[in-house]
Amino acid sequence: MFAEATEVALKSGWFLEHAWVIPVIPALSFFLIIFFGKRMPKKGSEFGVASMLGALVFAGGAAYQWIQRVNGAPEGAFVSPVVKTWTWWQNSGISFGIGQHVDGLTVAILLVVAFISTLVQIYSLEYLRGDRRYTHFFASLTLFSAGMLNMVVAENMIQLILGWEIMGLCSFLLIGHWWEEGANSRAALKAFFTTRTGDIGLLTGTAILFFSANEWTTKTLGVSGFSIRGLSSWALSGDPGHAAITMGAIALFIAAIGKSGQFPLHTWLPDAMAGPTPVSSLLHSSTMVVAGVFLVARLYPVFFKGMDILGGSANFIVVIGGITIVIAALLAFVQTDIKKVLAYSTVSQLGYMMMGLGAGAWLPAVFHIFTHAFFKACLFLGAGSISHSSSHHSFEMKKDMGGLRKFMPITFGTWIISTLALCGVFPFSGFFSKDEIIDNVGHNGYNVFMIVGLAGAFLTAAYMTRATYLTFFGQPRGASAGEHHEEESHNAHATHDDHADHGHDTHDAHDDHASHGPHESGWLITVPLIILATLALGSGFLNAAPFGEKWENFKKWVEPSAEVVSPTGIAYVVGGVGEARVASDTPTDSTVAPTEVATDSEPVAIEDRAVSDSEGEAMPLMAAASGEMEHESPCGTETPEQGVCMAPQIHHAPFKWSKAAMSMLIVLAGFLLSLFMCIQLYEKKNKKFVGLTERNKALGFGYKLLVNKYYLDVLYEKIIVRSIAHPIAGAVYSFNQKVLDGVVNGTGTTAKRIAGWVYRNIDQRVVDGAVNGTGSAAHGAGSALRPVQSGKVNQYGALLFGAAAIGALVLVIVNT
Amino acid sequence: MLVNQFLILAAVLFCIGVYGVIARKNAVLVLMSIELILNSVNINLLAFSMRNGSLDGHTFALYIIAIAAAEVGVGLAMVLLMYRNRRSIDLDELSEMKG
Repeated sequence: MFAEATEVALKSGWFLEHAWVIPVIPALSFFLIIFFGKRMPKKGSEFGVASMLGALVFAGGAAYQWIQRVNGAPEGAFVSPVVKTWTWWQNSGISFGIGQHVDGLTVAILLVVAFISTLVQIYSLEYLRGDRRYTHFFASLTLFSAGMLNMVVAENMIQLILGWEIMGLCSFLLIGHWWEEGANSRAALKAFFTTRTGDIGLLTGTAILFFSANEWTTKTLGVSGFSIRGLSSWALSGDPGHAAITMGAIALFIAAIGKSGQFPLHTWLPDAMAGPTPVSSLLHSSTMVVAGVFLVARLYPVFFKGMDILGGSANFIVVIGGITIVIAALLAFVQTDIKKVLAYSTVSQLGYMMMGLGAGAWLPAVFHIFTHAFFKACLFLGAGSISHSSSHHSFEMKKDMGGLRKFMPITFGTWIISTLALCGVFPFSGFFSKDEIIDNVGHNGYNVFMIVGLAGAFLTAAYMTRATYLTFFGQPRGASAGEHHEEESHNAHATHDDHADHGHDTHDAHDDHASHGPHESGWLITVPLIILATLALGSGFLNAAPFGEKWENFKKWVEPSAEVVSPTGIAYVVGGVGEARVASDTPTDSTVAPTEVATDSEPVAIEDRAVSDSEGEAMPLMAAASGEMEHESPCGTETPEQGVCMAPQIHHAPFKWSKAAMSMLIVLAGFLLSLFMCIQLYEKKNKKFVGLTERNKALGFGYKLLVNKYYLDVLYEKIIVRSIAHPIAGAVYSFNQKVLDGVVNGTGTTAKRIAGWVYRNIDQRVVDGAVNGTGSAAHGAGSALRPVQSGKVNQYGALLFGAAAIGALVLVIVNT
Repeated sequence: MLVNQFLILAAVLFCIGVYGVIARKNAVLVLMSIELILNSVNINLLAFSMRNGSLDGHTFALYIIAIAAAEVGVGLAMVLLMYRNRRSIDLDELSEMKG
């Protein structure tokens, strides 16, 4: 017996129905920039900024209407996504569409991407002023955002791959924007090839899933096996064979490893810093690297089943995420380039997201994408602001920075806010997402990984303190303090006032500002920084679990409910909590459910899971913590009797101040220890600590390992590539030298002998006579045909097509 | 069926391509015209494949796309070399093949 599935009109709206327009706007704008950009007064940047603003308005409208839709639906009910499909390609029963799949996850990421892209483009107006490929930069940047937006609204895997690959291409173009320097173009190639290595997994995984799921999805839902909706419900339907879904999930996860810079394919991400800073900011906060995490979040049921998430033992995703957190955070300690510190911090934060997803903490992981985008974009743009205005385009913290807090108060303030957010300090946004991940990972029974997460928090606080100290405290060094500083010490005030005016001025005469010594950047740079810092401070309150359920809006809007819904697609079960309970209490279900629970959870000796699975005892505990929302749905653990599931049932850890206080203490310890070390090392140059890595063998070994990035680059470039490429080249060479040359030489000598005989006997006597006769005939014909051999390709082409036309004509005549 | 329209489109594209090959002096434009010809053939293949309801035409078309990409690669490399050696890509100035 199943609760009647009735269609209830969910609220929709124009923006929600037309979310597919969002990627189309920047895509069109890309062509406008390419074709007309150079002729425009602002060299095409106006198209880019305008299109991103347009996309932002549309995304905002869609988000607002989605919230209306969720609020209009009964409590706890599954709010169906707004799906639209047009046929893109069809033949012989295989077809796939193009369209939109808009749900909470989609609108959240759309909003972030459009927002960050807009700010980054505004920032680039100033940062890349006068660049030699200004127009092309904006074209690539716009197409890049279009690719990400397209991937986010994608209705099916093919469309998702399309967006994914557009991003791969644009990241190549943007990282190698200043390709005149060899290092930059090498970094671009490295990024491209490394992510391509992962992309093989994307294609393979999509193919595996399509061929396993197509039959079921076509029969049950009437959609193809590429459809995201189809794949999600198929994964939870009990239809997929264990091998197929496991292989598919692993293949897709390899793609996510490549794109999201997870261990062991993270090596391209720090090198990608070769691109202009706005690109790093966009790439690292909301687009490219989030794509892999988004893929896992999007097809979560597939990974949930395929990787056996919440199955009681560590799975592939959580292990990779955990390793990534720690190794990337450690690498951040030995970097002297400020952007590379941030790059490794991104890798580490992506590790948190992956670990969260792998441990069943779907919502905190998605929320971490959301908050991370703001503070990481702010940090990168801050680093760019420093290099733009103070350190002569250098990113070396030890050589060219230091003491900048006096010169760049706005950059310093926004940097500090974002750093606190990144470290997860209480009222800042990172706390509400990162701490939730750590908390939920522990709650779901992955205790080892909770400790990994806490260790990561400690390391994050420590390396960010180091970077902040080197950049903003102490004495100015190198370019920040260089000869320019002394030169203008007498008229420093004059130039600074001058700049304050310029800040609100047109900036036209502002080209060589780097030569004026350290100063604050113009408003095109500081305004995006301030906006992002505000969000880094405030965005966490969208899902502030500590203050009770009323504050958990993000959860309400974004997390899909694990209700069993009718397979007719749009329909959903009325009544939510109450009715669904009734449904699972009916005879058929209740005979199945308890036995399943008993057999399932007994061998798995993890108490949290056992508690949350056996409904009765767990309920009071859960209800006290997070209201009445928690109820058991069969989705994820069992096959639904009737209808389909769109999302697995996952649980949320009840928030406890004691746990939060513990992680705060760990972060504080990180701050203090790192501050102490920084002062000893850089300020007082304490003999005990300076040069410790050279004196102590174990530390020296660790340092060397980190400086050489665990020798992964050596492994890839010297060992793997060489071991594959060199033997092939060697084998081909020896084949060439020995076999081919031998054959050629042998043939040559034989031919020479034969030719000698032929020459003496046949040629001289028989042929010559004939030749002389033919020769004079050929001479006549040649002089007649010579005009045809004009040497002009076009005329040859005309002859070719003329002959072909005559041939075709003859063929027609003969055949009829 | 819409086969006729596809065939007409293909024929038009083919003619434009042939015109380009014969009349244009710029080597890059000639290459582009060759692409047009190849793609008109692709459209023909797809149109007939659609009419016959088989995948054969699609397979051929995919091969042609791949080969066309390779061909353009070689062609552009030639144009590049030509430009390096002669500072011009005007086909009329090229008559080394004159016999």
